[in-house]
Amino acid sequence: MTASGDRLGPTLFERSRRGRGGGKIPHPPKDALSRIPAAHLRTEGPNLPELAEPEVTRHYVNLSQLNYAVDTGFYPLGSCTMKFNPKINEWAARLPGFAALHPLAPDEIAQGTLQMLWELEQALAEIGGMRAVTLQPAAGAHGELTGILMVRAYHRSRGDLARTEVLVPDSAHGTNPATASMAGFRTVSIPSASDGGVDVAAFRAALGPQTAAVMITNPSTVGLFESRIGELLEAVHEAGALAYMDGANLNAIMGRFKPGDAGFDVMHINVHKTFSTPHGGGGPGAGPVGVGERLLPFLPTPRVLRESNGHFRLERPGERPTSIGRVRSFAGNAGVLVRAYAYIRAHGAAGLCEVSDDAVLAANYLKARLAGVLDVPFSRPCMHEFVASGATLKRETGCRTLDVAKRLIDYGFHPPTIYFPLTVEEALLIEPTETEALETLDLFADALRDIVAEAHDDPELLHAAPTSSPVRRLDETTAARQPNLRWRGMTGGRSPCPD
Amino acid sequence: MAYGLHTPEDRTSMLEAIGVASVDDLFADIPPALRAHGLNLPPPESEAELADRLSGLAARNRVDLAGFLGAGAYRHYVPAVVDQLLLRGEFYTAYTPYQPEISQGTLQTIYEYQSLIAELTGMDVVSASHYDGATATAEGALMACRATRRERVLVSRAVHPHYRETMRTYFSGGELAMDEIPLVADGPLAGTTDLAALERMLAESDRPVAGVVAANPSFLGLLEPMSEASRLAHAAGALFVAVVEPVSLAVLASPRDYDADIAAGEGQPLGIPLSYGGPYLGILSCRDALVRQIPGRLVGMTADVDGRRAFVMTLRAREQDIRREKAASNICTNQALCALAASIYLAAIGPHGLRDAAAMGAARATELEVALTRAGAPRLHSAPYLNEFAIRVPDAAEIHRRLLGHGVLAGLVLAAAEPGDPSLADALLVCATEVTTSLEIAAFEKALHEELERGRQLALPGIAVNVGGGVNAAGSL
Repeated sequence: MTASGDRLGPTLFERSRRGRGGGKIPHPPKDALSRIPAAHLRTEGPNLPELAEPEVTRHYVNLSQLNYAVDTGFYPLGSCTMKFNPKINEWAARLPGFAALHPLAPDEIAQGTLQMLWELEQALAEIGGMRAVTLQPAAGAHGELTGILMVRAYHRSRGDLARTEVLVPDSAHGTNPATASMAGFRTVSIPSASDGGVDVAAFRAALGPQTAAVMITNPSTVGLFESRIGELLEAVHEAGALAYMDGANLNAIMGRFKPGDAGFDVMHINVHKTFSTPHGGGGPGAGPVGVGERLLPFLPTPRVLRESNGHFRLERPGERPTSIGRVRSFAGNAGVLVRAYAYIRAHGAAGLCEVSDDAVLAANYLKARLAGVLDVPFSRPCMHEFVASGATLKRETGCRTLDVAKRLIDYGFHPPTIYFPLTVEEALLIEPTETEALETLDLFADALRDIVAEAHDDPELLHAAPTSSPVRRLDETTAARQPNLRWRGMTGGRSPCPD
Repeated sequence: MAYGLHTPEDRTSMLEAIGVASVDDLFADIPPALRAHGLNLPPPESEAELADRLSGLAARNRVDLAGFLGAGAYRHYVPAVVDQLLLRGEFYTAYTPYQPEISQGTLQTIYEYQSLIAELTGMDVVSASHYDGATATAEGALMACRATRRERVLVSRAVHPHYRETMRTYFSGGELAMDEIPLVADGPLAGTTDLAALERMLAESDRPVAGVVAANPSFLGLLEPMSEASRLAHAAGALFVAVVEPVSLAVLASPRDYDADIAAGEGQPLGIPLSYGGPYLGILSCRDALVRQIPGRLVGMTADVDGRRAFVMTLRAREQDIRREKAASNICTNQALCALAASIYLAAIGPHGLRDAAAMGAARATELEVALTRAGAPRLHSAPYLNEFAIRVPDAAEIHRRLLGHGVLAGLVLAAAEPGDPSLADALLVCATEVTTSLEIAAFEKALHEELERGRQLALPGIAVNVGGGVNAAGSL
């Protein structure tokens, strides 16, 4: 395996030539390290590649061109909200006043960032109908952990140690059960009803004095609003448990449904979904958590506080002993949060409502266009995303959802989320977002229609797809059986890679 | 709406295609009693107005001071090429590379990141990134518990207080035990991890230890007895978790050199802006033997059906979307773009640039130590350090506050960071890096000298009264 392919470049390590590069960092005096005992020093320097700036630039620009991205095309990835990432947000995060501020800077020299964070907390609390918000969690799953640890602290503060279970619908994101385990709870999976919602009878049967919390994604992961939500929340509170809302799908409901006002006790928000901060190829995001009255005392430390004289400050260590403590270093992903702040300010109240309305409109339009092309298991109006199924197509043609997804790549589209949620056979979860033109939605619908026709006429086109991408389908089995997780070619004595 | 594309005609034709009269009809599933009616937020702003507002907020921060503050986040020179390349929309507006055929750019850069960090730490396996140094360290400690099936971790008190607090929070869920290893109180090794105490704690046979966690350089800037701590941990059947700072690894012994099993740390110094605490880069790496315990994404090299080299996310059975409640962690979104920044930074400055940055920081720190000693604030400890150290300053919080008025950010008030440690009551933690200038050092020396003189001339009790309030103003950790 040595061919690197006509569109693929060599790794940094293969490009390296001894003696290249330099000129970036001033040279220290020769005796710079002489006061440090030899036992603490490295005997052999790390084998890092040596490149000059022109090659570094080409290396990364060429690699970037192998990526599909929101900036290059339609990305209808369900549950991920791949909306446009506004460019002024990138500019704002790079303003030296924000970017060069040290996280331990005294409050008096950090007033701009503290004010921004405080105002963002207020805005997110309003959107979520929550009493207060912490901006500390670095991602949605981190927010979930923060929320569920607060739930745990709440029950413990009441001497209620019997609550050892968290109920999670079977359609939930995998992060929900994984979070419950990390926070020391046992997960109880609740089946879905045939209409895509939670099975209320099973839900009630599972609730009891052992239930600490229920984690509900609303709109659900099949893109439907849980119409029995009032009944479910009542049952949760009657049982003495708390209600956690997975806010991954907040993009559908801004200004239409405020989870806190409806009775949820805690929710996380993915700013890299609803509030347009870029996904960055997997991160960074931020996962602010809103809480109602019950969980207020347990918010992680430090909170951002506004004093009566208008001065902002961070909470001091030990100031609020009921807190669950720190969930990370410093005060949060401020550089991400400023982008979310800019997004909210650009839209204002009316704009955010319109975002949700347009996102829901686009999803319902696409769903209507795809009726008769693929199975659409739930006929009710969807929220910002909907689930389609390739079950009939698979039965009729042998082409699976995976094949349809890969063929979409040849048509110039990023595939939707596939095989999620787990409750729908051959699922495609399609989320167009509000930042796509009607023409784009039409082209996508046409492409799916054509691909379904190909599946009947020439299924091999789908099985072989993609053929237009930089690489074709990968050997994932070998990757897992004989993992090659780092380059070893530059390390003397070890076998060169690839071998 | 600022970034929407639908014209009124588009909306009308979409509603017609759906077969509803208005958008409101699409929200009929929301029970009427639970419906919200709009948002109470300010009105929209044009981009010009917004730019003005953001500039105004940024200007309220002061970033023009001569900065000697480190304590877990460091100023470094970042070559211009790093940010220029990060601004490629193909990188920053892409999602997690679940579709490898159209994500080879992201996948190869993650593989290269894993490889670069593996070279620095000497470990075999590097996760694609965690949130920050604190959470990576907490995950490393949890790995040790899973791998050894033991439930107690010993953490040096010289590990960053934020990391220890984060570990405590993470440990509270699983009801795992975390005990702190005290520091040597006096003598030449004062401020470093107390190995005798560690040995005693490891010997408590009814409470077997899963892992020992120590940082090098420590929170106090000191170089720690990592080899000895590692040996003691292994002798007791525990794993050794090293918390490291990546720029220092250009010159300091690597975790492999002292036989660590897991290395974690904060990757921010590798070309990532300070940004008031994030987004940063949690580094987590381990030996091959622990590969199935490491949480977070991993990218591996493989081939496509035509035999072309290609990269793909692998060993995914550890992850939450596959294993759900049995996953190694709940982590999903990570800090991929920060890992990319770190890779570009390393590629741009190369091994010599990284060594120069580390050694230049040490040289500037020597200069700083001499200058501050001259000003009347000698080092608090005598163990070796790289580029960060504590100085003894009477009424540190008040002096720190006053130095702001001289344009000097005089490091960290240690009493605010470690309120429970009387040995740090009158101390500042200061650091230098390759961007610290002689002029800044001279300004610090002059201002500190003036303030110390002033303190001596004034009646001391008067200043002492201010200390309590001064801690707050000087910024708390």
